[in-house]
Amino acid sequence: MRYIPSSPEDRKAMLAEIGLESIEDLFSSIPKGLRLNRLLDLPPAHSEAELIEVFEEWAQLNRAHALSFLGAGVYPHRIPTIVDDLISRSDFYTAYTPYQPEVAQGTLQAIFEFQTYMAQLTGMDVANASLYDGSTALCEGILMAHRISQRRRFLISRAVHPEYRAVLETCSKRLGLEIELFGYLENGRIDEASLASRLGDDVGAVAIQSPNFFGTIEDTGQLAELAHGCGALAIVNIAEAASLGVLKGPGAGDSANRQADIVVGELQSFGVHMSFGGPHVGFVASRKDYVRQLPGRLVGMGYDGAGKRAFVLTLATREQHIRRAKATSNICTNQSLCALMSTIYLAALGPVGLREIAVDNVQRAAYARRRISEETSHEILFNGSRFNEFVVRVSNFDKVWKASLSDGIVPGVPLGRFYPELDGTLLVCVTETHSIEHIDRLVRGMAA
Amino acid sequence: MTENERSGRHLSLNERLLFESGSPGRRGYETPVEDFDRAPLSELIDPELTRDSVEGMPELAESEVVRHFTRLSTWNYHIDLGLYPLGSCTMKYNPKVNERIARLPGFANIHPYLPEELVQGALAVQKLLEDLLAEITGMKRVTLQPAAGAHGELTGLLMIRAWHESRGRPRKFILVPDSAHGTNPASTVISGYRTVNIPSTSSGTLDLDAVRRSVNEDVAGIMITNPNTLGIFEHEIASIAESMHAHGALVYMDGANMNAMMGVARPGDFGVDVLHLNLHKTFSTPHGGGGPGSGPVAVRDILEPFLPAPLVERAPDGSYYTDGNRPQSIGRVKAYHGQFGMHCRALAYILAMGAAGLREASEVAVLNANYIRSRLEGEYELPYRTPTLHEVVFSDRKQAANGVRVGDIAKRLMDYGFHPPTVAFPLIVSGGIMIEPTETESREELDAFIRAMLQIAAECATDPDMVRSSPHSTRIGRVDETSAARHPVLRWTW
Repeated sequence: MRYIPSSPEDRKAMLAEIGLESIEDLFSSIPKGLRLNRLLDLPPAHSEAELIEVFEEWAQLNRAHALSFLGAGVYPHRIPTIVDDLISRSDFYTAYTPYQPEVAQGTLQAIFEFQTYMAQLTGMDVANASLYDGSTALCEGILMAHRISQRRRFLISRAVHPEYRAVLETCSKRLGLEIELFGYLENGRIDEASLASRLGDDVGAVAIQSPNFFGTIEDTGQLAELAHGCGALAIVNIAEAASLGVLKGPGAGDSANRQADIVVGELQSFGVHMSFGGPHVGFVASRKDYVRQLPGRLVGMGYDGAGKRAFVLTLATREQHIRRAKATSNICTNQSLCALMSTIYLAALGPVGLREIAVDNVQRAAYARRRISEETSHEILFNGSRFNEFVVRVSNFDKVWKASLSDGIVPGVPLGRFYPELDGTLLVCVTETHSIEHIDRLVRGMAA
Repeated sequence: MTENERSGRHLSLNERLLFESGSPGRRGYETPVEDFDRAPLSELIDPELTRDSVEGMPELAESEVVRHFTRLSTWNYHIDLGLYPLGSCTMKYNPKVNERIARLPGFANIHPYLPEELVQGALAVQKLLEDLLAEITGMKRVTLQPAAGAHGELTGLLMIRAWHESRGRPRKFILVPDSAHGTNPASTVISGYRTVNIPSTSSGTLDLDAVRRSVNEDVAGIMITNPNTLGIFEHEIASIAESMHAHGALVYMDGANMNAMMGVARPGDFGVDVLHLNLHKTFSTPHGGGGPGSGPVAVRDILEPFLPAPLVERAPDGSYYTDGNRPQSIGRVKAYHGQFGMHCRALAYILAMGAAGLREASEVAVLNANYIRSRLEGEYELPYRTPTLHEVVFSDRKQAANGVRVGDIAKRLMDYGFHPPTVAFPLIVSGGIMIEPTETESREELDAFIRAMLQIAAECATDPDMVRSSPHSTRIGRVDETSAARHPVLRWTW
C-alpha cells in the first residue's frame, strides 16, 4: 500500500527484534473469539487515478454551477486565491494542536491574530481560538451564560437560524435549561414587547441574531438594554460575518449597558468554502470579565526564558484535558485551519476591502429587491434595514419554483420548511458573486 | 548540543504580527466594479447601525500577506516534515490526493440547501462513507453529523440518555475508567450525567470486578477506550459488556484508538452499543493545526431510532434523499450535513486502502509501536508490561532519578528534530511518555527516533542540566506558561 513504507524485509527484521514469529502474534492480546476472521467487506482498493475518476464523477452529479441565491447561514462569497494556497502548506494543515509552543509558533501566532481580528470586528474584549461552527457556538454561548448567571431560563429569538435553534434544543434539554422563543414583528425585527413580557430575574440570557435569519438587521444595543434591565446577559449571534464590514460590532454600543456580553457566530463568509455545510468555523467573543468562562482554546502572548515574545495555549485550567469533569466545555479541538482561512482572508481584504464587499452586498440585494418589486407581482416582506438577504412572498410559489429550477436558477430558500406561517415565501440572498445580469435573470424567472 | 545527524541549522525568518505591519492605502484584494443604480447607504440601513470602518485592521498588499503566513508556517513542526508520535492522536500521513478531491468545485462550492436532486453526488459520498464505517466497526448505522471526537462523545451519550428515557428514566451515572481521555468525563457532565471513576488494575486494564461492583440500575452506561490509552486491549470487554447489559446499561466505546484494529476486530462484535470514530485520526484527514476534525458515531440496532436527524437514505430508484422524519431522534447536533469536506477525504482514504490495506495499516501501526517498545524498554521504564497494540506508554522514572522529567525529555527531542510524544498522560502513569508512531513511518524514521531517545536517556545521566534547559535549537526557548496564564494577553492592543 503506497501510504505504508514498511517493506516485507523491514517487517521481518522488526518482528525478529520484538521476538515474535508473525504479524498475527502482535494481536495475541485480543481474545481469539473477538477477532474478525475474514476481510472487511469493502470496495476494492483504488489507485490514485481511479480515486480521482470516481470522485470527479460524484462531483459532477452536484450542480455547483447552478445560479443560486441560497444563503440562510451559508454564503457564496469570493475567496482570494492566496487563502487556499497558503492553507495548503503542509506546515499548517498537517500540524496538530499547538501543545508544544517551541515548534508551533506559526499556528499559535496565527490564532492570536485571529483572536485579535474577532475582538476588533465584534467590538468585544476577547475572542477564543474558534469553535466548530455557528450552530454549536450558539450552544456554547448559552452554556457560558448559564455558568455566569447560574440561571436556567433563556429567551431566544425565533429569527435566530432554525438549525442553530435545533442544535441548542438538543444540547440544552438534558441540562434542564429552559429555552423559550419570542417572535418577530411585521418589519422582520424581534418583537420587543413579546420579549419584555417574558423577561424576569430568572432569565440567564437573551439571544438574538443580527442580521437575523430573514436578513433584517437588529438593534443589538436595544436588546442589550432590555436584557440588562433584568440582570440577564445579551447574546448576539452573527451568521453572516460579511455584515461586520458595514455594521457596528455588537460590543460597540455607546454605553456599557447597550453592549452585548457574549457574541457568537459563524465565519464561513470569511474565506471558507460552502462545502455542503462544513467544515466552517464558529467563534465566541465576550467581555473580559468572563474570560475564564469561555469554552474552547485560547492563545496568549508571553515570553520565553530569554525574554523573547512567544505565543502559547493558555488558561488551560478551563479545559477538559486538565479539569476533566469540571471543564467549561467538553470541546477538545477548535477549527484551526478554517480560522486560519478567515485570518488570511481578513489580512488580504483589509478594512477597505471588507467594507467595499459589505456595501456591495447591501447594494446588490437592494437592487434585487427593487427589481422584484417593480417587475413581479411578488411581495417583499419585512421592510427594516437589511444586509444581503430578504424575504419574498411568491404569489404562485410552485410554478415559480419549478420554472426557475428548470432554468438552472435556485431562487432562494423556501421558508415554509422552517416557519409554517411563511409558507410560500423565499429567503433570497444576493452577494458580490451575483452580477447584475444574474440578478436580472433571477427577476425574469420570478416574473414568469 | 544543537546539531546532530538529523537536525542542522537553517534560516528562520522573524515576522511581526499583522497588526504591527502594513501601511494605509495598500490593498491585498480588489473587487470588480460594476455600474448599477445605487441608493445612498443611509437609505438602506439605519445609520445608527453602521460604522465607517473597522478599527485596527492592517492594510497589506497581497505579496505581504503571502510572506507573512509563509514565514509563520515555517515555524511549525508537521507530519510532512517528520515523525509526530503523539499518543492517542494518530498523526499519520494525510494523502495529498484527498485534498485535491475535497477541493473539486463540485464538492467545495455546493450549498447545503440546494435541492436534493442537485446534490446526488454529495449524498452518495455520505451514504457510502456511512455504510463503510458501519462495516469497519461492525455496527448497524452511523451519523456523520458530529464535528469532532468530543462532539461525537456528546452525541453518543445523548443517545444513551434518550434510550433510557424511552424505557422510563434517564438514570444518573456513567462509569469512566481512570485512564480515560479528559473529554470522556467532560462529555459525561455536559450530557447531564455524573461520572463514577473506575480504577485500572496493575496490568493496566479495566477492573472487571470494579465494574461489576459499580454497575446498578442507576448506571446508564460505561465509556471505554479500546484499546485503552495505554495501548492495551481491554480483554474483558465482552464480559464487561455482558455485565452492563445485564443491568440494562449500555457500553460506549471511545474509538480514538481504532487505528489499532481495523480489519482485525470490530467493536460491534464485542458488545459495544455505540462508539465514535475520529476521521482525523484513523481515517487520515489532516489535523489542520487543531481542527477541523470529524467524529461520526456508530450504533447498534437498539440505538438506531435515536440517531441525530436527518440521515441519508437511498430510494428504490437508486436516488438519495435525507430523512428528517425521525420521531425518536435526539435532534440535531450540528447545522447542515456535518463536516462534509472531511467526509470526502475519509472516503477517499478508505477507497484507496481497501479491506486488505486497512488491515495492513493496523498491522504495521502495531508493529511499529512494538518495535519502539522493544528498542526503548531497556532505557525507559515500562510501567505496564502487558502487551500493547498501536501505542506504548513509558514513564520517566529512571530519568527522574537524575532530576530530569518527562517535559524535559519532550523538549530535548525537538533538538533532535522530532515532535515530542504525548506527555504526562494517561494520568495513571506518573511522568507518562505516550508514543504512537502510526503505520506511515519508515523503519529508518523509527530508528532515528529510537537513537534520539536513547541518546537523550544517556544525556539525562551525563548532562541533566543541558536536558533540563532544552530545547536549544528552536526559535524560542521554553515559554513561561505560568505568567502567561496569570496575566492573560489574548489579543493585540494598540
